[in-house]
Amino acid sequence: MNAPAALDQDDAAKLVGTRFTVPGMRCAGCIAKIERELPKVEGIEAARVNFSSKRVAVHHLPGIEEERISEALRELGFEAQPLAENPLGQEAEEKKQLTRALGVAGFGMMNVMLLSVSVWAGADGATRELFHWLSALIALPVIAYSGRPFFSSALMALRYRRTNMDVPIAIGVILATALSLYETITGGEHAFFESAVMLLFFLLAGRVLDAEMRTRTRAGIGALLGRMGKSASVIGADGATRRVDAQDLEPGMLVLVAAGEALAADGEVEEGSSSIDNAMLTGESTPEPVGKGSAVHAGAINLGAPIRVRLTRVAEDTAIAEIARLMDEAGQSRSHYVRIADRASRAYAPVVHTLALLAFAGWMIAGAGWYQSAVIAIAVLIITCPCAMGLAVPAAQVVASGALLKRGLLVKDGSALERLAECDVALFDKTGTLTLGEPRPDISRLSDEDRAVALGLAQNSRHPLSRGLADALRAEGVDAAAIDDVTELAGSGLAGTWKGVRAALERPDETGAVLATRLSVGERAVTLTFADPLRPDTTATLEALGEAGLSSSILSGDREQAVAEVAARLGLEARAAASPQDKLAALERLREQGRRPLMVGDGLNDGPALAAAHASIAPGTASDASQQAADAVFIGERLMPVALAIRVARATMRIVRQNFVFAIGYNLLAIPLALFGYVTPLIAAIAMSLSSLVVVANSLRLAGSAKEAS
Amino acid sequence: MTGLTFLIPIALGMGALGLAAFFWSMKSGQYDDLDGAANRILIDEELEEDE
Repeated sequence: MNAPAALDQDDAAKLVGTRFTVPGMRCAGCIAKIERELPKVEGIEAARVNFSSKRVAVHHLPGIEEERISEALRELGFEAQPLAENPLGQEAEEKKQLTRALGVAGFGMMNVMLLSVSVWAGADGATRELFHWLSALIALPVIAYSGRPFFSSALMALRYRRTNMDVPIAIGVILATALSLYETITGGEHAFFESAVMLLFFLLAGRVLDAEMRTRTRAGIGALLGRMGKSASVIGADGATRRVDAQDLEPGMLVLVAAGEALAADGEVEEGSSSIDNAMLTGESTPEPVGKGSAVHAGAINLGAPIRVRLTRVAEDTAIAEIARLMDEAGQSRSHYVRIADRASRAYAPVVHTLALLAFAGWMIAGAGWYQSAVIAIAVLIITCPCAMGLAVPAAQVVASGALLKRGLLVKDGSALERLAECDVALFDKTGTLTLGEPRPDISRLSDEDRAVALGLAQNSRHPLSRGLADALRAEGVDAAAIDDVTELAGSGLAGTWKGVRAALERPDETGAVLATRLSVGERAVTLTFADPLRPDTTATLEALGEAGLSSSILSGDREQAVAEVAARLGLEARAAASPQDKLAALERLREQGRRPLMVGDGLNDGPALAAAHASIAPGTASDASQQAADAVFIGERLMPVALAIRVARATMRIVRQNFVFAIGYNLLAIPLALFGYVTPLIAAIAMSLSSLVVVANSLRLAGSAKEAS
Repeated sequence: MTGLTFLIPIALGMGALGLAAFFWSMKSGQYDDLDGAANRILIDEELEEDE
């Protein structure tokens, strides 16, 4: 469109792709806005939105930096984070393979069924033989292709002398196929190709649903470390500076941190004074003033004047890397919660083999002949296949997650619902969780003209107050006025020229504890106060949680006074000035008392706590790292999805228990019938599929669970 | 019986066509962004012309 024509020809080959995650996309308008406006930025050739995964793929010239594109997206009104190089590639490929296998199995099932039905309807002689051969011709390649996921998984398990759910499935399918082939060649009466293919189809359907769940998630802890500066300007003994990569920095080096630059290592300010945005580490939205002797941390952004910093801790020793490590460890200790279904089916598989083997031996001894014994053994193997049991948990979880997604809550991991249902105490971070986490100005006193000027000024700065002001003005649909010669002075504000008069956003003379800025245009001046408001439905959410039996309290890293104020308004107990380690310790204490804490937080300092809590939820505005550590993410300004998550999770566990009771009951009934030879492999396959369908249908009842009330 | 010599290949051929169509739709990325496709239909194209 707007790109220079020359660019299309020569540079097309040089374009590089960068992917961003943009959680704020909510409607068709957002897609249109991003795809239409982004290519208007110099050097960006094309943008393509993937709405399902909330991502934007940007094709641009190699010269453009990621930050520039993030900034462009922010100007359009979307928070964006660059993504690491295709972290989901492998999983996506796996899912595609499963879907392809499902397609092939579906094709095979329909055609083999068609032929089988005619055989059951009474075809015999040459026709039956022809149909058996045709079935074999279709079924063999289909089974070979669609069965691969099961065969390879079973082989892998056997190689390590273990057994899993796929072993009886693989054996059952192979035996049924071999026996059918034998029947076909010798012109026998029965072939069970349809049983084998149908079994594969239904199992694959379950696997695809499961894979779909899992791919909806994760971005990798790498995203956290991605926030650290990637390099720094080191000042040599002769006073000259050179760029050094973050991993090559050493303690004792003196670095120059320019305005707007992110720190690459921890250190101490040696010269200069400025203010830094430390929101990533502390969750504190106010910029922190720093001067000679102040400690600064990697990941903080220098908002004001350039400073010189003597490095103290680098690379793996920085505070931010420490948090990443804590999160990693806490996440690992949680993997004790092996999925119930997995545990059950693992214990179950050997029982199935033994039963089938016993059936074969028993009928041989009873003198039934090896062929009939084998048919009965196959029927036992298929009918007792723990599919209904395997589906009991994931089917309910997929449906419940889908229902929650529509209400603005993204559950990242199936097992998270299990843990959410068990929570009995809730801990909330303050900034960004109970509150919106962004300073919002009171702009009601501004005239339209002032609004345009304010936006024209504010959009030039990365200062949190400027950003909050710009966001609020953009939300009102204000168009920025053109301001010339905009300059930013550290600690005092922004100034420029508008239609020949001086326009400025400055620090007001009278600053109390309140955040404020003063807009002056020529002689006029208006003071804007900022506040970090509570989410609109906080009280209702806390009540709903109380009804569900969860007591809530605040666990914040913020200042004592700010926390006490919010706690008093909501009537909650509170603990302030808690470091990441303190939060971990508080959770540990609760766990020792036998409680199961739910942690709701957004700041990077909540990362370890989110990972260590029994279950955790983060708002969509949280840093990537916190979203990564949390079990679920809620989108939007409302807090209610948190209470909803608990309610739906409990409903899910009720359904899961029903599913289990049904699956076990079915097996108790079906196994004896199969053992005593009343069941042919076809009936076994139908019964197995039906039991799976009942479980799925029961789970579908959850689809409406998130709607009622609220 | 002679009808089968036509009908069975036809049935198989139609099934295979369906399968081929499914593979093609998957390869061309039609399942990559299901929600996005549902939303894109709402986008007005007319804005592009006022340049």
